[in-house]
Amino acid sequence: MLARVWAVFIKELKQLSRDRMTFGMIVMIPLVQLMLFGYAINTDARHIPVGLVDFAGNQQSRAIIGALEATQAVNFTKVFYSAEQAQQALTQGSVKAVLILPADMPRRIVDKNNLSIDSQPIGQWLVDGSDTVITGTIKGLRNFPLAETQGQAYTPIAPTFAVTTFFNPEQRSVVNIVPGLLGIILTMTMILFTSAAIVREREHGNMEFLITTPIRPFELMLGKIIPYVVVGLIQVTIILTMGYLVFDVPVRGGLDALFGAALLFIFASLTLGLVISTIAKTQLQAMQLTVFILLPSILLSGFMFPYEAMPEPAQWIAEGLPATHFMRMVRGVVLRDAELFSLQADALWLLAFTGIGLVVASVRFRKKLG
Amino acid sequence: MCGQPLKGHEEDLKQRLGYMTQKFSLYENLTVRENLNFVASIYGLRRGAAKARIGELLHLYGLQGREKQLAGSMSGGQKQRLALACATLHQPELLFLDEPTSAVDPENRREFWERLFDLCDQGTTILVSTHYMDEAERCHQLAILENGIKRADGTPQQLMQDMPANVLEISGTELRQLKQNLIAQTEVVSAAQVGNRLRVLVSKQIPQPEQLIAKWLTNQSVEVVRPSLEDVFVACTGGRHVG
Repeated sequence: MLARVWAVFIKELKQLSRDRMTFGMIVMIPLVQLMLFGYAINTDARHIPVGLVDFAGNQQSRAIIGALEATQAVNFTKVFYSAEQAQQALTQGSVKAVLILPADMPRRIVDKNNLSIDSQPIGQWLVDGSDTVITGTIKGLRNFPLAETQGQAYTPIAPTFAVTTFFNPEQRSVVNIVPGLLGIILTMTMILFTSAAIVREREHGNMEFLITTPIRPFELMLGKIIPYVVVGLIQVTIILTMGYLVFDVPVRGGLDALFGAALLFIFASLTLGLVISTIAKTQLQAMQLTVFILLPSILLSGFMFPYEAMPEPAQWIAEGLPATHFMRMVRGVVLRDAELFSLQADALWLLAFTGIGLVVASVRFRKKLG
Repeated sequence: MCGQPLKGHEEDLKQRLGYMTQKFSLYENLTVRENLNFVASIYGLRRGAAKARIGELLHLYGLQGREKQLAGSMSGGQKQRLALACATLHQPELLFLDEPTSAVDPENRREFWERLFDLCDQGTTILVSTHYMDEAERCHQLAILENGIKRADGTPQQLMQDMPANVLEISGTELRQLKQNLIAQTEVVSAAQVGNRLRVLVSKQIPQPEQLIAKWLTNQSVEVVRPSLEDVFVACTGGRHVG
């Protein structure tokens, strides 16, 4: 039995080495996507183009504007002379928000400083709410401290809660993105490569010959899967190395725990690819089915949006995706130095997924031949 | 099959069977030797034995010097020889060939059949499926199948003798019109034009087929000819054919 698995393994490696496109993709997909997303994806919005309607037009308003720009959150790119004009610009999309400083701003500032009961806000932001990230950033400016702008010593008021940030104190998105990308890239390549590899065999008629030889479906699958396990581990190494070198993403946990988690996920993804290969009749169909799995893996797994923020039914779906469990494990290991043991629920689930997937694929595969 | 019940012995039997598919089903992006090596390890040949056997097959099927060529870049005849080499690598007792020479020229086909008769001589039973009657004629035994039901079997000579119709050949002009008239007769099993002759199969229940035909003839001549396997095939399958 081992000899036959080995024969398929060697054959698959040789075919892979002749297929330059696929071979190149194994290395280029993680490299390009890591560079692209590592630099591009940023969840804290900066330099938002905003407009200004300044009815006060005094030194105080200029000081406030200067202080706001100094935060790098907003850039005042346009000046308007009426609220209507500003609203039009919002609709056109040339600015994402507009700050209106009323003519009676000096009085309002005095009221506010005196902590008078009927003190009012000193200005108003009009925000294009279609982008929630930008809205959130502008909302963050609601309690912008005024003291500095008045040349007074900053007298901080004790906040209600103190916040201490563990694991990612600088709040860099890339620290969260790189381990997540591991899951996405593995999902894509592992599922696609295996499903396509088997469907190709059927498409080219190789299967017709193979079923008359003594090779068993299980041996054939195992032999076809193993090369891609190696491929997956290579990709993991590339992503983590580049993440460390280029984006300074730390790997806090042990490498053994990390590769353990990656292996579990690779196996789960490969069996998913096998199941797809028993459904798809052509390589194109295999590709479409892969995308069908890939999109929820990107959007629901916690890669893009926090798992906790999703409604319950979406969470159930997410639980079914191997990527969700891997996302939790890999972020735990890479960022929080979690032991594989403390993530055993996710690890067990991936194992179970692999087992069930193998059985389903074997049964369906045999039926297809029979 | 091969003296064993099929059920429960599928895997053992596969060791004793060979199968060559109609379409080339080996790996086009592997070389000739890699393909042979792969098949050898699938059948569990030991390294030394595999090497000797592969050398033997390369020689037998004229593939020496092409060991490092990719299978996909070979000609139809070469691919077919490689496929036969792979199908017979483990020296099967029973060899199935599915329309083996559908994609090769006549010369390669003759060569191929030479190899098949060599295998026969060594004691291999070969089962060929084909829809080429000239190819069927080379076989020792024939069975004509229609929708999975056996319509006739025997040696080619036997089949031609026992066929349920007489064959008449009419030569002359205005054959299209004549054909239309003839196929309207229930006794006429089939009528097919071959060049400037019309080949008519008349049921053997009619003792004097020429007489039946004669009344339709205008200026054509008719003669009774030796049946071909195609006639046998047409007479045995699907009732009336008017190709």
